[in-house]
Amino acid sequence: MFSKLQKIKESILEFFIRGSGILIILFVVLIFLFLLKDSLFFFKSYPLKDFFTQKKWLPISEPPSFGIIPLLLGSIYVTFFAIIICVPLGMGCAMFIAEVAPSFLRNILKSFVEILAAIPSVVLGFIGIVWLGPLVKKIFSIPTGMCGFTGSLLLAFMALPTIISISEDALRSVPYTYKEAAFGLGATKWQTLWRVILPAASSGIIAAIMLGIGRVIGETMVVMMVTGNSPIIPSSILEPLRTLTATIASEMGETVRGGLHYFALFSVGLILFIITFIINFLADLFLHRSKK
Amino acid sequence: MNYPCKIKTINLNLFYGEFQALKNINIKIPPKNITAIIGPSGCGKSTLLRCFNRMNDLIESVRTEGKVIIDNQNINLPETDLISLRRKVGMVFQRPNVFDLSVYENLAFGVKIHRLYRSKTKILEEIEHALESVGLWKELKDKLKKNAKNLTLDQQQRLCIARVIILKPEIILLDEPCSSLDPIATLKIEELLFQLKEKYTIVIVTHNMQQAARISQFCGFMLLGELVEFDTTEKIFTYPSDTRTENYITGKFG
Repeated sequence: MFSKLQKIKESILEFFIRGSGILIILFVVLIFLFLLKDSLFFFKSYPLKDFFTQKKWLPISEPPSFGIIPLLLGSIYVTFFAIIICVPLGMGCAMFIAEVAPSFLRNILKSFVEILAAIPSVVLGFIGIVWLGPLVKKIFSIPTGMCGFTGSLLLAFMALPTIISISEDALRSVPYTYKEAAFGLGATKWQTLWRVILPAASSGIIAAIMLGIGRVIGETMVVMMVTGNSPIIPSSILEPLRTLTATIASEMGETVRGGLHYFALFSVGLILFIITFIINFLADLFLHRSKK
Repeated sequence: MNYPCKIKTINLNLFYGEFQALKNINIKIPPKNITAIIGPSGCGKSTLLRCFNRMNDLIESVRTEGKVIIDNQNINLPETDLISLRRKVGMVFQRPNVFDLSVYENLAFGVKIHRLYRSKTKILEEIEHALESVGLWKELKDKLKKNAKNLTLDQQQRLCIARVIILKPEIILLDEPCSSLDPIATLKIEELLFQLKEKYTIVIVTHNMQQAARISQFCGFMLLGELVEFDTTEKIFTYPSDTRTENYITGKFG
Protein backbone atom coordinates (compact mmCIF):
# COMPACT_ATOMS: atom_id res chain seq x y z
CA MET A 1 0.00 0.00 0.00
CA PHE A 2 2.69 2.36 1.09
CA SER A 3 4.89 1.48 -1.86
CA LYS A 4 2.03 2.11 -4.28
CA LEU A 5 1.46 5.57 -2.81
CA GLN A 6 5.17 6.19 -3.05
CA LYS A 7 5.12 5.16 -6.68
CA ILE A 8 2.31 7.57 -7.50
CA LYS A 9 4.08 10.36 -5.68
CA GLU A 10 7.26 9.72 -7.58
CA SER A 11 5.58 9.55 -10.93
CA ILE A 12 3.84 12.88 -10.26
CA LEU A 13 7.17 14.41 -9.30
CA GLU A 14 8.82 12.99 -12.38
CA PHE A 15 6.00 14.36 -14.51
CA PHE A 16 6.60 17.84 -13.12
CA ILE A 17 10.34 17.76 -13.61
CA ARG A 18 10.04 16.37 -17.08
CA GLY A 19 7.36 18.93 -17.85
CA SER A 20 9.45 21.90 -16.79
CA GLY A 21 12.36 20.64 -18.84
CA ILE A 22 10.25 20.27 -21.95
CA LEU A 23 8.56 23.60 -21.29
CA ILE A 24 11.86 25.45 -21.57
CA ILE A 25 12.52 23.96 -24.98
CA LEU A 26 8.95 24.72 -25.96
CA PHE A 27 9.30 28.37 -24.94
CA VAL A 28 12.37 28.91 -27.06
CA VAL A 29 10.85 27.16 -30.05
CA LEU A 30 7.60 29.11 -29.68
CA ILE A 31 9.39 32.45 -29.45
CA PHE A 32 11.32 31.60 -32.56
CA LEU A 33 8.19 30.52 -34.43
CA PHE A 34 6.33 33.61 -33.27
CA LEU A 35 9.11 35.87 -34.59
CA LEU A 36 9.36 33.87 -37.78
CA LYS A 37 5.62 34.03 -38.43
CA ASP A 38 5.42 37.80 -38.09
CA SER A 39 8.61 38.27 -40.09
CA LEU A 40 7.15 36.18 -42.91
CA PHE A 41 4.19 38.53 -42.96
CA PHE A 42 6.64 41.35 -43.45
CA PHE A 43 8.60 39.66 -46.18
CA LYS A 44 5.38 38.90 -48.07
CA SER A 45 4.98 42.60 -48.80
CA TYR A 46 8.57 43.76 -48.52
CA PRO A 47 11.31 42.02 -50.49
CA LEU A 48 13.89 40.16 -48.42
CA LYS A 49 16.60 41.46 -50.70
CA ASP A 50 15.71 45.09 -50.00
CA PHE A 51 15.68 44.40 -46.27
CA PHE A 52 19.33 43.40 -46.42
CA THR A 53 20.55 45.80 -49.12
CA GLN A 54 18.66 49.08 -48.62
CA LYS A 55 20.92 51.59 -46.90
CA LYS A 56 18.15 53.51 -45.17
CA TRP A 57 15.77 52.82 -42.35
CA LEU A 58 12.87 55.20 -42.98
CA PRO A 59 9.79 53.46 -41.64
CA ILE A 60 7.34 56.34 -41.83
CA SER A 61 8.30 58.07 -45.05
CA GLU A 62 6.35 57.38 -48.24
CA PRO A 63 7.22 54.89 -49.60
CA PRO A 64 8.88 53.47 -46.49
CA SER A 65 12.35 51.99 -46.63
CA PHE A 66 13.27 49.18 -44.28
CA GLY A 67 17.01 48.63 -44.74
CA ILE A 68 18.48 46.79 -41.74
CA ILE A 69 22.09 47.68 -42.63
CA PRO A 70 22.29 50.92 -40.58
CA LEU A 71 20.87 49.17 -37.52
CA LEU A 72 23.03 46.10 -37.96
CA LEU A 73 26.10 48.26 -38.39
CA GLY A 74 25.08 50.30 -35.34
CA SER A 75 24.93 47.14 -33.27
CA ILE A 76 28.19 45.81 -34.68
CA TYR A 77 30.04 49.10 -34.13
CA VAL A 78 28.89 49.49 -30.56
CA THR A 79 29.52 45.83 -29.73
CA PHE A 80 32.92 45.77 -31.35
CA PHE A 81 34.19 48.80 -29.46
CA ALA A 82 32.61 47.66 -26.22
CA ILE A 83 34.45 44.33 -26.54
CA ILE A 84 37.73 46.03 -27.45
CA ILE A 85 37.44 48.04 -24.26
CA CYS A 86 36.18 45.43 -21.85
CA VAL A 87 38.15 42.33 -22.87
CA PRO A 88 41.61 43.61 -21.85
CA LEU A 89 40.17 45.25 -18.76
CA GLY A 90 38.16 42.18 -17.80
CA MET A 91 41.05 39.80 -18.44
CA GLY A 92 43.41 41.92 -16.42
CA CYS A 93 40.97 42.01 -13.57
CA ALA A 94 40.29 38.27 -13.78
CA MET A 95 44.01 37.49 -13.75
CA PHE A 96 44.55 39.78 -10.82
CA ILE A 97 41.72 38.20 -8.84
CA ALA A 98 42.65 34.63 -9.72
CA GLU A 99 46.42 34.71 -9.51
CA VAL A 100 47.83 37.80 -7.87
CA ALA A 101 45.51 39.31 -5.27
CA PRO A 102 45.86 38.21 -1.63
CA SER A 103 42.74 36.48 -0.39
CA PHE A 104 41.20 39.43 1.48
CA LEU A 105 41.51 41.67 -1.59
CA ARG A 106 40.15 38.89 -3.77
CA ASN A 107 36.97 38.70 -1.70
CA ILE A 108 36.47 42.45 -1.78
CA LEU A 109 37.02 42.58 -5.54
CA LYS A 110 34.67 39.71 -6.19
CA SER A 111 31.86 41.34 -4.28
CA PHE A 112 32.43 44.60 -6.15
CA VAL A 113 32.19 42.75 -9.44
CA GLU A 114 28.89 41.29 -8.27
CA ILE A 115 27.63 44.75 -7.34
CA LEU A 116 28.65 45.97 -10.77
CA ALA A 117 26.49 43.26 -12.30
CA ALA A 118 23.55 44.38 -10.18
CA ILE A 119 23.46 48.01 -11.35
CA PRO A 120 20.27 48.47 -13.39
CA SER A 121 21.04 49.44 -16.96
CA VAL A 122 18.77 52.47 -16.76
CA VAL A 123 21.00 53.88 -14.03
CA LEU A 124 24.03 53.45 -16.26
CA GLY A 125 22.12 55.15 -19.06
CA PHE A 126 21.36 58.02 -16.73
CA ILE A 127 25.03 58.37 -15.83
CA GLY A 128 25.77 58.29 -19.55
CA ILE A 129 23.40 61.13 -20.30
CA VAL A 130 24.36 63.51 -17.51
CA TRP A 131 28.05 62.77 -17.11
CA LEU A 132 29.77 60.47 -19.62
CA GLY A 133 28.12 61.95 -22.75
CA PRO A 134 29.25 65.52 -22.05
CA LEU A 135 32.70 64.21 -21.12
CA VAL A 136 33.06 62.34 -24.42
CA LYS A 137 31.83 65.44 -26.23
CA LYS A 138 34.49 67.55 -24.55
CA ILE A 139 37.35 65.11 -25.02
CA PHE A 140 36.81 64.47 -28.72
CA SER A 141 35.33 67.94 -29.44
CA ILE A 142 32.39 66.51 -31.33
CA PRO A 143 28.94 68.12 -31.75
CA THR A 144 27.21 65.66 -29.43
CA GLY A 145 28.29 63.23 -26.77
CA MET A 146 25.28 61.05 -27.49
CA CYS A 147 27.17 58.75 -29.83
CA GLY A 148 28.28 55.20 -30.40
CA PHE A 149 31.39 55.57 -28.30
CA THR A 150 29.51 56.63 -25.18
CA GLY A 151 27.30 53.59 -25.66
CA SER A 152 30.33 51.33 -26.10
CA LEU A 153 31.89 52.59 -22.88
CA LEU A 154 28.77 51.89 -20.86
CA LEU A 155 28.19 48.54 -22.52
CA ALA A 156 31.79 47.57 -21.80
CA PHE A 157 30.98 48.33 -18.20
CA MET A 158 27.96 46.07 -18.33
CA ALA A 159 29.82 43.17 -19.93
CA LEU A 160 32.71 43.35 -17.44
CA PRO A 161 31.11 41.29 -14.64
CA THR A 162 30.27 38.44 -17.03
CA ILE A 163 33.74 38.40 -18.53
CA ILE A 164 35.51 38.75 -15.20
CA SER A 165 33.67 36.09 -13.28
CA ILE A 166 33.67 33.45 -16.02
CA SER A 167 37.32 33.94 -16.96
CA GLU A 168 38.29 33.99 -13.31
CA ASP A 169 36.53 30.64 -12.90
CA ALA A 170 38.39 29.30 -15.91
CA LEU A 171 41.75 30.51 -14.59
CA ARG A 172 41.17 29.09 -11.14
CA SER A 173 40.11 25.72 -12.48
CA VAL A 174 43.57 25.20 -14.00
CA PRO A 175 45.11 22.50 -11.79
CA TYR A 176 47.60 23.66 -9.17
CA THR A 177 50.03 21.02 -10.45
CA TYR A 178 50.60 23.06 -13.64
CA LYS A 179 51.75 25.95 -11.56
CA GLU A 180 53.99 23.70 -9.49
CA ALA A 181 55.52 22.24 -12.63
CA ALA A 182 56.19 25.67 -14.11
CA PHE A 183 57.71 27.06 -10.91
CA GLY A 184 59.73 23.87 -10.54
CA LEU A 185 61.27 24.56 -13.95
CA GLY A 186 62.28 28.03 -12.81
CA ALA A 187 59.45 30.04 -14.36
CA THR A 188 58.45 33.38 -12.88
CA LYS A 189 54.89 34.12 -11.86
CA TRP A 190 54.24 36.03 -15.05
CA GLN A 191 55.76 33.37 -17.33
CA THR A 192 53.64 30.75 -15.61
CA LEU A 193 50.50 32.81 -16.05
CA TRP A 194 51.18 33.72 -19.64
CA ARG A 195 52.58 30.49 -21.02
CA VAL A 196 50.86 27.81 -18.95
CA ILE A 197 47.74 29.01 -17.18
CA LEU A 198 46.27 31.18 -19.93
CA PRO A 199 46.56 28.52 -22.65
CA ALA A 200 45.03 25.95 -20.31
CA ALA A 201 42.12 28.27 -19.53
CA SER A 202 41.71 29.56 -23.08
CA SER A 203 38.47 27.87 -24.00
CA GLY A 204 36.78 29.09 -20.82
CA ILE A 205 38.07 32.58 -21.52
CA ILE A 206 36.77 32.55 -25.08
CA ALA A 207 33.40 31.42 -23.77
CA ALA A 208 33.46 34.32 -21.31
CA ILE A 209 34.11 36.77 -24.12
CA MET A 210 31.33 35.23 -26.20
CA LEU A 211 28.86 35.57 -23.36
CA GLY A 212 30.04 39.16 -22.90
CA ILE A 213 29.30 39.83 -26.58
CA GLY A 214 25.88 38.26 -26.15
CA ARG A 215 25.18 40.53 -23.22
CA VAL A 216 26.31 43.64 -25.11
CA ILE A 217 24.44 42.94 -28.30
CA GLY A 218 21.18 42.28 -26.50
CA GLU A 219 21.35 45.32 -24.22
CA THR A 220 18.64 47.90 -24.99
CA MET A 221 18.12 50.57 -22.37
CA VAL A 222 21.63 52.01 -22.25
CA VAL A 223 22.08 52.23 -26.00
CA MET A 224 18.64 53.76 -26.41
CA MET A 225 19.50 56.43 -23.87
CA VAL A 226 22.99 57.41 -24.94
CA THR A 227 23.74 56.57 -28.58
CA GLY A 228 21.73 59.40 -30.10
CA ASN A 229 19.10 57.23 -31.77
CA SER A 230 19.71 58.04 -35.38
CA PRO A 231 19.27 55.13 -37.75
CA ILE A 232 21.87 56.11 -40.30
CA ILE A 233 24.99 54.27 -41.37
CA PRO A 234 27.64 55.61 -38.99
CA SER A 235 30.94 56.59 -40.57
CA SER A 236 32.72 56.52 -37.24
CA ILE A 237 32.06 55.38 -33.69
CA LEU A 238 31.95 59.03 -32.61
CA GLU A 239 28.69 59.62 -34.48
CA PRO A 240 25.14 59.05 -33.29
CA LEU A 241 23.79 55.68 -34.35
CA ARG A 242 21.12 53.19 -33.42
CA THR A 243 21.24 49.51 -32.65
CA LEU A 244 18.81 46.73 -33.49
CA THR A 245 17.53 46.58 -29.95
CA ALA A 246 17.03 50.32 -29.54
CA THR A 247 15.09 50.43 -32.80
CA ILE A 248 12.58 47.87 -31.62
CA ALA A 249 12.20 49.46 -28.21
CA SER A 250 11.80 53.02 -29.41
CA GLU A 251 9.54 52.38 -32.40
CA MET A 252 7.27 49.61 -31.20
CA GLY A 253 5.07 52.01 -29.27
CA GLU A 254 4.33 54.16 -32.29
CA THR A 255 3.46 51.52 -34.85
CA VAL A 256 0.06 50.45 -36.01
CA ARG A 257 -0.57 46.94 -34.84
CA GLY A 258 -0.60 44.69 -37.87
CA GLY A 259 0.96 47.29 -40.14
CA LEU A 260 4.06 46.87 -42.26
CA HIS A 261 6.24 48.81 -39.81
CA TYR A 262 5.00 46.63 -36.97
CA PHE A 263 6.03 43.46 -38.79
CA ALA A 264 9.31 45.02 -39.87
CA LEU A 265 10.26 45.35 -36.22
CA PHE A 266 9.57 41.66 -35.72
CA SER A 267 12.01 40.90 -38.52
CA VAL A 268 14.60 43.00 -36.72
CA GLY A 269 13.83 40.96 -33.62
CA LEU A 270 14.31 37.74 -35.57
CA ILE A 271 17.73 38.86 -36.79
CA LEU A 272 18.70 39.76 -33.24
CA PHE A 273 17.49 36.39 -32.00
CA ILE A 274 19.54 34.56 -34.61
CA ILE A 275 22.68 36.56 -33.77
CA THR A 276 22.44 35.97 -30.03
CA PHE A 277 21.58 32.33 -30.63
CA ILE A 278 24.72 31.83 -32.68
CA ILE A 279 26.88 33.61 -30.10
CA ASN A 280 25.48 31.60 -27.22
CA PHE A 281 25.91 28.43 -29.20
CA LEU A 282 29.58 29.23 -29.84
CA ALA A 283 30.10 30.09 -26.18
CA ASP A 284 28.60 26.76 -25.22
CA LEU A 285 30.83 24.95 -27.65
CA PHE A 286 33.92 26.50 -26.07
CA LEU A 287 32.72 25.91 -22.52
CA HIS A 288 32.20 22.24 -23.29
CA ARG A 289 35.62 21.99 -24.77
CA SER A 290 37.12 23.45 -21.60
CA LYS A 291 35.25 20.92 -19.45
CA LYS A 292 36.55 18.01 -21.51
CA MET B 1 81.40 8.00 6.83
CA ASN B 2 83.41 10.23 4.56
CA TYR B 3 82.41 10.87 0.97
CA PRO B 4 82.05 13.83 -1.44
CA CYS B 5 78.74 15.60 -1.23
CA LYS B 6 76.53 17.56 -3.58
CA ILE B 7 73.77 18.59 -1.21
CA LYS B 8 74.25 19.13 2.49
CA THR B 9 71.91 20.48 5.13
CA ILE B 10 73.04 21.92 8.44
CA ASN B 11 70.59 22.04 11.32
CA LEU B 12 67.64 22.43 8.99
CA ASN B 13 64.33 23.17 10.72
CA LEU B 14 61.06 23.84 8.96
CA PHE B 15 57.76 25.06 10.36
CA TYR B 16 54.27 25.15 8.87
CA GLY B 17 52.94 27.91 11.09
CA GLU B 18 53.30 26.41 14.58
CA PHE B 19 53.86 22.86 13.43
CA GLN B 20 57.46 21.75 13.07
CA ALA B 21 57.74 19.49 10.03
CA LEU B 22 61.51 19.09 9.90
CA LYS B 23 63.60 18.75 13.03
CA ASN B 24 67.28 19.53 12.88
CA ILE B 25 68.05 17.69 9.68
CA ASN B 26 71.70 17.06 8.82
CA ILE B 27 72.07 15.12 5.62
CA LYS B 28 74.90 14.73 3.12
CA ILE B 29 73.88 13.60 -0.36
CA PRO B 30 76.66 12.29 -2.66
CA PRO B 31 76.90 13.31 -6.32
CA LYS B 32 75.96 11.05 -9.26
CA ASN B 33 74.16 8.48 -7.23
CA ILE B 34 70.57 7.71 -6.44
CA THR B 35 69.69 8.66 -2.92
CA ALA B 36 66.35 7.46 -1.61
CA ILE B 37 64.46 9.00 1.26
CA ILE B 38 61.97 6.64 2.85
CA GLY B 39 59.58 6.82 5.75
CA PRO B 40 55.88 6.63 6.57
CA SER B 41 53.56 9.27 5.12
CA GLY B 42 53.66 12.58 6.95
CA CYS B 43 57.23 12.09 8.12
CA GLY B 44 58.47 15.15 6.20
CA LYS B 45 60.31 13.42 3.37
CA SER B 46 58.59 15.42 0.61
CA THR B 47 59.07 18.60 2.61
CA LEU B 48 62.79 17.89 2.87
CA LEU B 49 63.00 17.26 -0.86
CA ARG B 50 61.29 20.57 -1.52
CA CYS B 51 63.91 22.37 0.54
CA PHE B 52 66.51 21.50 -2.11
CA ASN B 53 64.89 23.66 -4.77
CA ARG B 54 63.01 26.00 -2.43
CA MET B 55 59.58 24.82 -3.60
CA ASN B 56 58.33 25.30 -0.05
CA ASP B 57 58.45 29.03 -0.77
CA LEU B 58 55.15 28.63 -2.61
CA ILE B 59 53.38 27.94 0.66
CA GLU B 60 52.73 31.13 2.57
CA SER B 61 53.06 30.01 6.17
CA VAL B 62 56.37 28.16 5.83
CA ARG B 63 59.44 29.23 7.75
CA THR B 64 62.84 27.54 7.44
CA GLU B 65 65.94 27.79 9.63
CA GLY B 66 69.39 26.43 9.02
CA LYS B 67 71.45 25.91 5.90
CA VAL B 68 70.92 24.01 2.68
CA ILE B 69 74.25 23.86 0.91
CA ILE B 70 74.51 22.90 -2.75
CA ASP B 71 78.02 23.04 -4.25
CA ASN B 72 79.33 25.00 -1.25
CA GLN B 73 76.61 27.60 -1.56
CA ASN B 74 73.87 28.14 1.00
CA ILE B 75 70.69 28.35 -1.07
CA ASN B 76 68.51 28.96 1.95
CA LEU B 77 69.16 32.70 1.82
CA PRO B 78 66.71 35.36 0.70
CA GLU B 79 69.05 36.60 -2.03
CA THR B 80 69.28 33.20 -3.76
CA ASP B 81 68.35 33.37 -7.45
CA LEU B 82 65.47 30.89 -7.49
CA ILE B 83 65.25 30.83 -11.25
CA SER B 84 68.77 29.57 -11.80
CA LEU B 85 68.54 27.36 -8.71
CA ARG B 86 65.50 25.58 -10.13
CA ARG B 87 67.20 25.18 -13.45
CA LYS B 88 70.12 23.49 -11.73
CA VAL B 89 67.89 21.46 -9.42
CA GLY B 90 65.00 20.02 -11.42
CA MET B 91 61.95 18.37 -9.93
CA VAL B 92 59.56 15.64 -10.99
CA PHE B 93 56.27 15.38 -9.13
CA GLN B 94 54.01 12.66 -7.83
CA ARG B 95 51.43 12.93 -10.57
CA PRO B 96 52.63 13.54 -14.11
CA ASN B 97 51.94 17.25 -14.51
CA VAL B 98 52.48 17.87 -18.21
CA PHE B 99 51.05 21.16 -19.40
CA ASP B 100 47.90 21.21 -21.50
CA LEU B 101 50.07 21.94 -24.56
CA SER B 102 51.77 19.95 -27.29
CA VAL B 103 54.72 17.67 -26.54
CA TYR B 104 56.94 20.19 -28.31
CA GLU B 105 55.66 23.13 -26.27
CA ASN B 106 56.05 21.19 -23.04
CA LEU B 107 59.73 20.70 -23.74
CA ALA B 108 60.31 24.11 -25.29
CA PHE B 109 58.79 25.82 -22.24
CA GLY B 110 61.92 25.64 -20.11
CA VAL B 111 64.17 26.50 -23.04
CA LYS B 112 62.10 29.61 -23.72
CA ILE B 113 61.82 30.87 -20.17
CA HIS B 114 65.54 30.49 -19.56
CA ARG B 115 66.35 31.78 -23.07
CA LEU B 116 68.79 28.93 -23.62
CA TYR B 117 68.64 28.69 -27.40
CA ARG B 118 67.18 30.94 -30.02
CA SER B 119 67.23 28.92 -33.22
CA LYS B 120 64.37 26.53 -33.92
CA THR B 121 66.68 23.81 -35.22
CA LYS B 122 68.76 23.96 -32.05
CA ILE B 123 65.65 23.70 -29.88
CA LEU B 124 64.46 20.74 -31.92
CA GLU B 125 67.85 19.12 -31.56
CA GLU B 126 67.72 19.54 -27.78
CA ILE B 127 64.18 18.18 -27.70
CA GLU B 128 65.31 15.11 -29.59
CA HIS B 129 68.20 14.71 -27.18
CA ALA B 130 65.99 15.04 -24.11
CA LEU B 131 63.37 12.65 -25.44
CA GLU B 132 66.04 10.17 -26.39
CA SER B 133 67.53 10.20 -22.92
CA VAL B 134 64.16 9.21 -21.45
CA GLY B 135 63.55 6.65 -24.20
CA LEU B 136 60.63 8.46 -25.77
CA TRP B 137 62.07 9.72 -29.04
CA LYS B 138 61.11 6.68 -31.11
CA GLU B 139 57.54 6.74 -29.83
CA LEU B 140 57.00 10.47 -30.05
CA LYS B 141 59.10 11.81 -32.91
CA ASP B 142 56.02 11.98 -35.14
CA LYS B 143 53.76 13.20 -32.38
CA LEU B 144 55.52 16.35 -31.24
CA LYS B 145 52.51 18.46 -32.15
CA LYS B 146 50.08 16.25 -30.24
CA ASN B 147 48.71 17.38 -26.91
CA ALA B 148 50.79 15.84 -24.13
CA LYS B 149 47.64 15.13 -22.11
CA ASN B 150 46.77 12.37 -24.59
CA LEU B 151 49.89 10.33 -23.82
CA THR B 152 49.82 7.38 -21.43
CA LEU B 153 50.63 8.16 -17.80
CA ASP B 154 54.00 6.47 -18.12
CA GLN B 155 54.85 8.53 -21.20
CA GLN B 156 53.67 11.67 -19.44
CA GLN B 157 55.93 11.02 -16.47
CA ARG B 158 58.88 10.41 -18.79
CA LEU B 159 58.03 13.62 -20.57
CA CYS B 160 58.15 15.39 -17.21
CA ILE B 161 61.63 13.98 -16.67
CA ALA B 162 62.66 15.04 -20.20
CA ARG B 163 61.30 18.51 -19.47
CA VAL B 164 63.73 18.72 -16.57
CA ILE B 165 66.65 17.16 -18.46
CA ILE B 166 66.45 19.59 -21.36
CA LEU B 167 67.55 22.34 -18.95
CA LYS B 168 70.78 20.42 -18.23
CA PRO B 169 70.33 20.28 -14.47
CA GLU B 170 72.86 18.81 -12.07
CA ILE B 171 70.37 17.46 -9.59
CA ILE B 172 67.00 15.80 -10.23
CA LEU B 173 64.52 15.56 -7.37
CA LEU B 174 61.72 13.03 -7.68
CA ASP B 175 58.75 13.09 -5.35
CA GLU B 176 57.19 9.62 -5.45
CA PRO B 177 57.37 9.59 -9.23
CA CYS B 178 55.85 6.14 -9.62
CA SER B 179 52.93 6.34 -7.24
CA SER B 180 50.39 6.81 -10.03
CA LEU B 181 51.92 4.25 -12.37
CA ASP B 182 51.34 0.52 -12.77
CA PRO B 183 54.15 -1.96 -11.95
CA ILE B 184 55.43 -2.26 -15.53
CA ALA B 185 55.57 1.49 -16.03
CA THR B 186 57.24 1.78 -12.62
CA LEU B 187 59.91 -0.68 -13.71
CA LYS B 188 60.57 1.35 -16.85
CA ILE B 189 60.98 4.56 -14.87
CA GLU B 190 63.32 2.80 -12.46
CA GLU B 191 65.49 1.56 -15.33
CA LEU B 192 65.56 5.08 -16.67
CA LEU B 193 66.67 6.50 -13.33
CA PHE B 194 69.39 3.92 -13.17
CA GLN B 195 70.81 5.19 -16.48
CA LEU B 196 70.41 8.82 -15.50
CA LYS B 197 72.47 8.47 -12.35
CA GLU B 198 75.62 8.38 -14.48
CA LYS B 199 75.09 12.05 -15.26
CA TYR B 200 72.92 13.49 -12.53
CA THR B 201 72.60 13.50 -8.78
CA ILE B 202 69.23 11.93 -8.13
CA VAL B 203 67.21 12.22 -4.94
CA ILE B 204 64.02 10.21 -4.82
CA VAL B 205 61.33 10.21 -2.18
CA THR B 206 59.38 7.00 -2.04
CA HIS B 207 57.00 5.18 0.25
CA ASN B 208 57.91 1.97 -1.50
CA MET B 209 60.78 0.32 0.34
CA GLN B 210 61.41 -2.27 -2.34
CA GLN B 211 61.86 0.52 -4.83
CA ALA B 212 64.39 2.23 -2.61
CA ALA B 213 66.25 -1.04 -2.16
CA ARG B 214 66.23 -1.77 -5.88
CA ILE B 215 67.49 1.51 -7.24
CA SER B 216 69.28 3.56 -4.62
CA GLN B 217 72.88 3.53 -3.43
CA PHE B 218 72.24 5.74 -0.43
CA CYS B 219 69.20 5.83 1.73
CA GLY B 220 67.78 7.99 4.49
CA PHE B 221 64.99 6.96 6.84
CA MET B 222 62.77 9.68 8.23
CA LEU B 223 60.24 9.57 11.05
CA LEU B 224 58.13 12.38 12.51
CA GLY B 225 60.28 15.09 10.96
CA GLU B 226 63.60 13.58 12.00
CA LEU B 227 66.24 11.98 9.86
CA VAL B 228 66.66 8.82 11.90
CA GLU B 229 69.41 7.25 9.87
CA PHE B 230 71.36 7.91 6.70
CA ASP B 231 73.71 5.41 5.16
CA THR B 232 74.36 3.25 2.15
CA THR B 233 71.25 1.44 1.04
CA GLU B 234 72.95 -1.87 1.62
CA LYS B 235 73.64 -1.03 5.25
CA ILE B 236 70.17 0.42 5.91
CA PHE B 237 68.47 -2.70 4.57
CA THR B 238 70.81 -5.24 6.15
CA TYR B 239 72.14 -3.89 9.46
CA PRO B 240 70.26 -0.73 10.34
CA SER B 241 71.82 0.83 13.42
CA ASP B 242 68.60 2.30 14.80
CA THR B 243 65.82 0.05 16.05
CA ARG B 244 63.17 2.38 14.58
CA THR B 245 64.69 1.90 11.13
CA GLU B 246 64.77 -1.82 11.67
CA ASN B 247 61.14 -1.87 12.74
CA TYR B 248 60.09 0.10 9.66
CA ILE B 249 62.17 -1.97 7.26
CA THR B 250 60.84 -5.22 8.63
CA GLY B 251 57.30 -3.94 8.38
CA LYS B 252 56.50 -3.64 12.10
CA PHE B 253 54.86 -0.27 11.31
CA GLY B 254 54.29 1.77 8.22
